[in-house]
Amino acid sequence: MARMKLLQLAHARSGDKGDTANVGLIAYKPEYYSILVEQVTAERVKEHFKGICLGEVERFEVPNLHALNFLLHESLDGGGTLSLKTDAQGKTYSTALLRMEIEVDDSLARQLSE
Amino acid sequence: MKTVRIANGQGFWGDSLQAPIELVRRGPIDYLTLDYLAEITMSIMQKQRARDPLAGYARDFVALIEEILPDLVERNIKVVANAGGVNPEACRDAVIEAARRRGFGGKVKIGVVAGDDIMSSLDDFIRRGVELKNQETGEPLASVRPQVQSANVYFGGRDIAEALDKGGQIIIAGRVTDTGLSLGPMIHEFGWARDDWDRLSAGTIAGHTVECGAQCTGGNCLIDWETIPNMADIGYPIIEAEPDGSFVITKHSGTGGRITVASIKEQLLYEMGDPREYITPDCVADFTTIHLEQAGLDRVRFSGIKGRPATDLYKVSVSYSAGWKAVGSLVYGWPDAYKKARAADRVVRERLDRLGLRFDSVLTEFVGVDACHGALSGPPSADIAEVTFRIGVRSKDKRAVERFTREVAPLVLNGPPTVTGFAAGRAKAEEIIAYWPALIPKSEVQSKISVIEA
Repeated sequence: MARMKLLQLAHARSGDKGDTANVGLIAYKPEYYSILVEQVTAERVKEHFKGICLGEVERFEVPNLHALNFLLHESLDGGGTLSLKTDAQGKTYSTALLRMEIEVDDSLARQLSE
Repeated sequence: MKTVRIANGQGFWGDSLQAPIELVRRGPIDYLTLDYLAEITMSIMQKQRARDPLAGYARDFVALIEEILPDLVERNIKVVANAGGVNPEACRDAVIEAARRRGFGGKVKIGVVAGDDIMSSLDDFIRRGVELKNQETGEPLASVRPQVQSANVYFGGRDIAEALDKGGQIIIAGRVTDTGLSLGPMIHEFGWARDDWDRLSAGTIAGHTVECGAQCTGGNCLIDWETIPNMADIGYPIIEAEPDGSFVITKHSGTGGRITVASIKEQLLYEMGDPREYITPDCVADFTTIHLEQAGLDRVRFSGIKGRPATDLYKVSVSYSAGWKAVGSLVYGWPDAYKKARAADRVVRERLDRLGLRFDSVLTEFVGVDACHGALSGPPSADIAEVTFRIGVRSKDKRAVERFTREVAPLVLNGPPTVTGFAAGRAKAEEIIAYWPALIPKSEVQSKISVIEA
């Protein structure tokens, strides 16, 4: 097994709803989707966003788009106009998630590093 | 088969002024939709109307119509916009004046969708037990009632369709859902029934895809972003809608940007909650039923969409005054830029403490180090060229926030060295108009739809 960043397997877009940020995580290829489902769990995302996400993390599967959608509750310092953050709408949380390290088997790792 | 082309030329109030003009002039469209209202916009407009009874709508819209009206009339392009803000009738009257100035008096019909403004009914609702609880916190609206600045129901595509059915060419709405701006023309053109949940959901998902303008045509698109062609002339989106509920998302040929299955997926997930339950006044759309397919260059076809019955509730957007905030910043240069910025933060905080100022929140960010991704970014290089120290405060006490605004700029003389960036002026105390999301039974409100000739 080899470790690599999600960035190599997926792209993402994020936005806000009040104090909740959403991150949509999309597999580059259909065959990567099962890796995301297995490893990018709500618990791991909560741990990954420690210090940023103060509430719960919910995960929804969107298999037809080979995507997962995460809701990161209490992540935007109150959200909207209340927030003092530069990124009050969580727009950069998309790539923050892509920093997460996951494990892939060696043949896929070789393929991705070519 | 009848195909209807619905373009979106405005993703928010402040989006490109040029985009809607280009959409009208660079190729065929049947409808031009324009989204002007964010949650915060309603309270700004409410304040404008309080000062001037003829204000409180998107003035940009009137200037736009004045510019493109000859094209609209000549090619029978219809316009659907939520430009009405909190004063759709005043917006209509301004558009009528603009039409007459251009010699189109009597040649264009203007529809208004109003009735969304429930500000004057709030006390009656509360008295009758319609609590308008905050969807996030569960608190009843009564707890902030004196601070409320605006309250509007989100109407849907059905209300827009009714104004089109009555012959309106330019439809001016107040608060309607962003998706309704696109769904309305489809209901009008194809005669979709109130309980045709699958097609209504398809139209809703089409609306969601284009509601942020160029964000579905290559703007803010992460995948392969460096190779997206000609972003300076990015094309805005067009829905090619068909009566069976399938549709293609595309843009005018010759424009910049990119539309692929992957870029569309990014926008589909934008601001998404539960993908099976995308709730609008018209239906509950299920994003897990969408089938996407590349159908040529910059063309993505959607099919297979399913939906479920609408709920009995409208969403309500309430804005209320929630205190004050201010943000100040300074830039620190090499060497030890990050150390200097952190020292500045300690100094400011100590001074705020000595002054006895209390805040609900004090937030420091070091732009260039941690403002986007926090600790996930890891420590910066010891040799980092520059760091922006950015500190913000929030309080119910306006005086405390105002006092804070005097504590950042002095650091250029009495704090750590190699500091600049104060030329922009000192931080300003700003009133916080916060957003209160709630629900209301549909039976409590009624849209008011009218069409008159310019």
